[in-house]
Amino acid sequence: MRFAAALATTLLATPALADEIWVTNEKDDTLSVIDIETMEVIRTIETGERPRGITFSKDHSVVYICASDSDTVQVMDPDTGKILHDLPSGEDPEQFVLHPDDRHLYIANEDDAITTVVDTETRKVVAQIDVGIEPEGMAVSPDGKIAITTSETTNMAHWIDTETQQLFANTLVDSRPRHAEFVKDGTELWVSSEIGGTITVFDVATQAEKAKIDFDVANVHPDRVQPVGFEFTNDDTHAFVALGPSNHVAVVNAETYAVEDYILVGRRVWHMAFNADRSRLFTTNGVSGDVTVIDVAARKPLKTIKVGRFPWGAAFRPTN
Amino acid sequence: MSRMKTMLAATVLGTLMHSTAAAEIAVPIAQLIIDEARPPVLSNLDPEPQDLGQAGADLGLQDNTTTGRFMGHAYSLTTTQVAEGEDPLPAARAALAKAPFLLIDGPAEALTAIADLPEAAGKLLFNTGAEDPALRSETCRANVLHTVPSLAMRTDALVQFFVQKRWSDIVMITGPHPKDRAYAAAMERSLAKFRLDLAATKDWTFDADMRRNAAQEVPLFTQDFGDYDALVVADETHDFGRYILYNTWQARPVTGSEGLTAVAWAPVVEQWGAAQLQSRFQDLAGRAMRPEDYANWAAIRAIGEAVTRTGSGDPATLRAFMLSDDFELAGFKGRPLTFRQWNGQLRQPIPLVHPRALVASAPLEGFLHQRSELDTLGLDQPESACSAFVP
Repeated sequence: MRFAAALATTLLATPALADEIWVTNEKDDTLSVIDIETMEVIRTIETGERPRGITFSKDHSVVYICASDSDTVQVMDPDTGKILHDLPSGEDPEQFVLHPDDRHLYIANEDDAITTVVDTETRKVVAQIDVGIEPEGMAVSPDGKIAITTSETTNMAHWIDTETQQLFANTLVDSRPRHAEFVKDGTELWVSSEIGGTITVFDVATQAEKAKIDFDVANVHPDRVQPVGFEFTNDDTHAFVALGPSNHVAVVNAETYAVEDYILVGRRVWHMAFNADRSRLFTTNGVSGDVTVIDVAARKPLKTIKVGRFPWGAAFRPTN
Repeated sequence: MSRMKTMLAATVLGTLMHSTAAAEIAVPIAQLIIDEARPPVLSNLDPEPQDLGQAGADLGLQDNTTTGRFMGHAYSLTTTQVAEGEDPLPAARAALAKAPFLLIDGPAEALTAIADLPEAAGKLLFNTGAEDPALRSETCRANVLHTVPSLAMRTDALVQFFVQKRWSDIVMITGPHPKDRAYAAAMERSLAKFRLDLAATKDWTFDADMRRNAAQEVPLFTQDFGDYDALVVADETHDFGRYILYNTWQARPVTGSEGLTAVAWAPVVEQWGAAQLQSRFQDLAGRAMRPEDYANWAAIRAIGEAVTRTGSGDPATLRAFMLSDDFELAGFKGRPLTFRQWNGQLRQPIPLVHPRALVASAPLEGFLHQRSELDTLGLDQPESACSAFVP
């Protein structure tokens, strides 16, 4: 292990050749950096305790990491792997989203039923908003006007006006909402419900429920089909949805809301990230401790890459 | 003797903010904790918390209140403790006069007596303490739902593990307490259900202080079991069982009430988001969450979930919803929890644990069922003589 770490450090000196996928390993307190070309782990970087949410700044000059058990958001230089500084995050930050202004982080504080807004420049907390119990999923609309927090035990999507930092709507979804995304230029909001086994689609203008997506994996009991993270292909035509302990990723037609395919991946698939042209999808498989690479056009798994223990979040880093 | 302690666990939250629902609904809930005679046990290591069960209800109320704040639903909880030997019926009548929802954490006889009160008609009661399988069968009541798993669910969970491990020769030591006997009976039923052999049983008859001489006595006591795969200890008061471990003649696993145990909840459950529930409970109560707390938490959360989804505080409406296919409770056990429509039992995975880790979670892989794998635990529809739930 020490040898591998030393080797990783020497690699830092050489310029990166291919784009990368960065994966947080919740039970190893590390990041695994995957080379997209070779589909191998090229670096393992230490982080704070229990790293989960991960996102890059717009220009990819820094990477933000939710170190949940260290009660902080770490700001790292992705070239050196050095922590530049910590941001105040509120207690137990689990997941966050970077506002389109590239400056404000909206952070879900899982243990505290709070959403914390942090200014990454002044490194100060701008606002704290009371939300439901166990906030987790975070999203900001493309125009930056609306932030969403989903709360796992309260089973709601909380709609935050980013101007006033106040809630302006609370909408019920099925049990244990985990992830939220704005799609189609911010006209739709999708929220996954892990225990409910559904995705709820909202019309953003009215906050009204527009569609509900159900999943049905052959030979898997519906109780084990638990949608968590999801990402969209180019032009938001299809969603790839991680289905947790069913060990499958669903492909959903975003126009008809019909499920078109199920792809077998590793155990307890959680979050995911695309490469630059969205031809490859990298899923984190918590229980099997690996990442599955999916060929998006063929809708087939290509390779499994061993990473650390309980991989959680994934983020794309271009290097050219 | 007739002293009754009434505690206001929480008051109705005054202000409601960010209300999305137009109508405001008050949901008063009562909890009755009926103390049972607790025999003295050999070890002083594990004192019973004063707020056992109550703290679980308090956390459930907190969880509901947070959601209620956004919905315009105001939950309140009044906990009444009935001292050992005292008649619980006056306290139950008083509670039912104020609240249409009543959690009862007490023995089976008290539960059925309360359920049969005229004041309980049309109300919704939750059994959060009595594990007797009969309450899910011939003595079931239409106005009682069970969030505490039956003994049969717990012993079925353990026996599934025996089957998976191919531990086919089982022996058992049974203590003298009625709870030990009930556990042993449930275990015998489960072994027969899964076609395993109960090779031998012995009654625990020692009255010595085992802290000093377990090392001498237990090897001799277990010597005539001969060879076997696992030893079940039926010691639900946790009196002597802890002294059996590592003192048996044969080096075999100890399970049942000690060693590998099947419980509704344990501090070692941390998967499926459970770590959050554990830390919320720890913050509230200053101790780890126990099975008794879980059953009370689940009852209050079931009420909350049903109120949230129906927008109603009417017990009949909520009962119908809870027993419908639309109800599901996120119970931090890896899959949605639902109520059995034939006897009102909350379906739930049963963790198999030792004091330091989760070993497995029943139903185990490979135990299949045409409706839900969770129905491989406890009384399945054809096994239950309950007819009160027939629509």
